[in-house]
Amino acid sequence: MPESEALHASHRLEYPYSRSVGPVIGAFLTGLREGRLLGVRGAGGSVIVPPTEYDPTTGGDTGEMVEVGPGGVVESWAWVSHPLPKHPLPSPFAWALIRLDGADTALLHAVDSGGPDQLASGDRVTVRFRPAAERIGAMADIESFVPQGGAPR
Amino acid sequence: MTDETVTEPLGPVTTLATPIRLDFEFTPGVAQSRFLRGLEQGKFMGQRCPKCGKVYVPSRGSCPTDGVPTTEDVELANVGTVTTYCVVNVPFAGQSIEIPYICAQVLLDGANLSFMGLIQEIPTDEIRMGMRVEAVWVEREELKPSLASVRYFRPSGEPDADYETFKEYL
Ligand SMILES: [Zn+2]
Repeated sequence: MPESEALHASHRLEYPYSRSVGPVIGAFLTGLREGRLLGVRGAGGSVIVPPTEYDPTTGGDTGEMVEVGPGGVVESWAWVSHPLPKHPLPSPFAWALIRLDGADTALLHAVDSGGPDQLASGDRVTVRFRPAAERIGAMADIESFVPQGGAPR
Repeated sequence: MTDETVTEPLGPVTTLATPIRLDFEFTPGVAQSRFLRGLEQGKFMGQRCPKCGKVYVPSRGSCPTDGVPTTEDVELANVGTVTTYCVVNVPFAGQSIEIPYICAQVLLDGANLSFMGLIQEIPTDEIRMGMRVEAVWVEREELKPSLASVRYFRPSGEPDADYETFKEYL
């Protein structure tokens, strides 16, 4: 049999893991499902988003949940010209570190700015949630962030 | 969804689905392709080692003992012997067969290597080493180059094989 007659097929290996999220990330994800962005109060009053169960500077417990956003400031970003199937948007977008209003740390998410020439560090963006009926309590409940006001520059 | 829709209040989020996925383009190679194409025709194809004479099914294209290519194609019987088995009672994700079921190593007549098969049409407490079984294939038009072409093995009705005939294959 010539080599060209060897068969081939696509094969997917998939492990359907699920993980327990704990009380703090659980509250954050519950907030996303409700269309709200939540951080947590850390040592010295700083607000950590996404929230953690411990303060990254002292290692102590974090405190109350604090609502942040829905707007924020792009701290830095990288343009994705060729999105992959697992990415949040099918069209080119930016991965950005976004410091939400009321937060002291940055959250990583997609910004749908329309093009790399329409985004700059320091720009204001605002959250765009998926429709309520589609939200499940996961990071993808945020479809992306968009330039505040919506209009490309 | 309208404003009138009444839904049960959802509890707090406690778990997160985090599937891990790897997409492969799988090539079984020439030797295993031959075995798979045999399945497409409703038969088990193996290969014989030119040095030791052992017949491998499915063949990897060479003899692991002698390190030489296996070149002679051998069509094997549709019947074989259960060398060893396991009764599966534990459910798991992605399970497609109703439990309990029997998973067995089947040594086809004429082969020197057993392979794993599902045993059906017998109560799970009646399976035994040495039981003679036959392959039950899917309908002719459903045959594919895949082990899914073999629906399962079932008792062939022949007397059990003598332990001496398969003890080397355990
Ligand atoms: Zn050999």
